Amino acid sequence: MIKGLFKKPKNDLEPSVAGRIDKPAEVNIPHELCTVCPGCKKSVFSSDLQENDCVCPNCGKHLRLNTRQRIHMIADPDSFREFWADMSGSDPLGFPDYEEKLRAAELASREAESVVTGTVRIGKNPAALFVMEPAFMMGSMGTVTGEKITRLFEYATEKGLPVVGFTASGGARMQEGMLSLMQMAKTSGAVKRFSDAGGFYLAVLTDPTTGGVTASFAMEADVIAAEPDALICFAGPRVIEQTIRQKLPPGLGRAESLLKNGFIDKIVPRREQKKFIARMLRAHRKD
Amino acid sequence: MNAKDHVAAARAKDRPTAAKYIKGIFDEFTELHGDRCFGDDPAMVGGVARLGQSYVTVIAQEKGTTTRERAGRNFGSAHPEGYRKALRLMKQAEKFGRPVITFVDTAGAFCGIGAEERGQGQAIASNLMEMMMLRVPVLAIFIGEGGSGGALGIAVADQVWMLENAFYSVISPEGCASILWKDPARAAEAAECLKLTAEDLTDLSVAEQIISEHEGNFEKTFAFLKEAIGSFIAEKQQIPVEELLRERYDKFRKIQ
Ligand SMILES: [Zn+2]
Repeated sequence: MIKGLFKKPKNDLEPSVAGRIDKPAEVNIPHELCTVCPGCKKSVFSSDLQENDCVCPNCGKHLRLNTRQRIHMIADPDSFREFWADMSGSDPLGFPDYEEKLRAAELASREAESVVTGTVRIGKNPAALFVMEPAFMMGSMGTVTGEKITRLFEYATEKGLPVVGFTASGGARMQEGMLSLMQMAKTSGAVKRFSDAGGFYLAVLTDPTTGGVTASFAMEADVIAAEPDALICFAGPRVIEQTIRQKLPPGLGRAESLLKNGFIDKIVPRREQKKFIARMLRAHRKD
Repeated sequence: MNAKDHVAAARAKDRPTAAKYIKGIFDEFTELHGDRCFGDDPAMVGGVARLGQSYVTVIAQEKGTTTRERAGRNFGSAHPEGYRKALRLMKQAEKFGRPVITFVDTAGAFCGIGAEERGQGQAIASNLMEMMMLRVPVLAIFIGEGGSGGALGIAVADQVWMLENAFYSVISPEGCASILWKDPARAAEAAECLKLTAEDLTDLSVAEQIISEHEGNFEKTFAFLKEAIGSFIAEKQQIPVEELLRERYDKFRKIQ
């Protein structure tokens, strides 16, 4: 195993791995002064975008947000404690080019794997938290991703904490073959035990939540929220078009159609998320 | 044999489908239909079967044999209502204390408009959760293709057995090759890398047993399975339920 061989690049905002705090890492921020919004195609000041949690000030399009920015957005100041930060992906099958891809993903995202886990307070409510990182191989689920999420649910079960999870994933990671598919069963088992023990799990599905993550812990929460216009599906639109060879109805697989079809509870824009999560956590507090 | 040969054998048109296994192994079988929510999915077959003195619930992905039947069964690719029918019958099995035997043979859960609109992801997710804690023994037998989440949706089991030419993969070799190398023609290479054969997967502790195909003499395979399933049931029914569930959880928990 080559676990930990590629040292995670030190984020200079993080004093140590163990005592990691929830300051935003300004890594995914475009260095250019302006960004073209993929929603309205208008040019917006990058600084305005950052101040607005990466939501376009013109059209309200929710652009992708990195893990640290997201944690900063919802956590009470200095409340996030990261767990298992050092766990990084290995190449269990010896898959061609995978080690290089892992290293590139670490550099691109400045995360060691596609999920960040820990504990947090949100509006004074304690919770276990996982946040998936779309910039790490499109948030794909490898064995470490599954292991960290499983450990988090087991920890929350033991401590009687609720779990808040932000999903963003292209699905199971093919470079780890069946070992990554098995993480769907493993995480689902942990969610089930947590749920049977009376634990409260709130998921916020963000763009994109697809494949094996949709078909496991994303859809297993007690309350499922989603960001506006997020792609949430089992099979992506391109795969479906290739399979059935016809044009898809507009909006298929988007958060709004999932709400209409009864698969999510609510669409919550970023600026309302902290309040919404805090309210739901309060409603399910046991003390 | 290379991985690609196993894949070709698993997909061969003349390979026995689930219906032959059910007929060849069980002493009687009564099919039960419908998910009680939306419809009845012919790609997913389920019902009550008798094996000697004991009754079991059988769930199977059925590809069909004739061209017409294959089309009617959507080539074994189930919709959400198929996974929901499977879960309904598994919960019924739990209620009446019947072990669950599943036969997996699918290229994958169906990718289409209706499947998305009716929650393919939610249907599979729900099966994964519920199967993990189903309070009866569960055995999954891979008889042909084991396509990703669509296969796993009926395969969270105490044991996974694989026919010697069956495969089980996170993605089809063609899909993997076209995503990674933009070249579906490199599927053979992808099949090798994905470690999808019965032998690979017993090495990786994903599967517990490889079942011989007796060089195409499947009657022998059915006879073997009849005995083996009987022993599996007898053995697992000795184990207290809580221990059975702990062992099932640990089987998946240890894969990292
Ligand atoms: Zn915009």
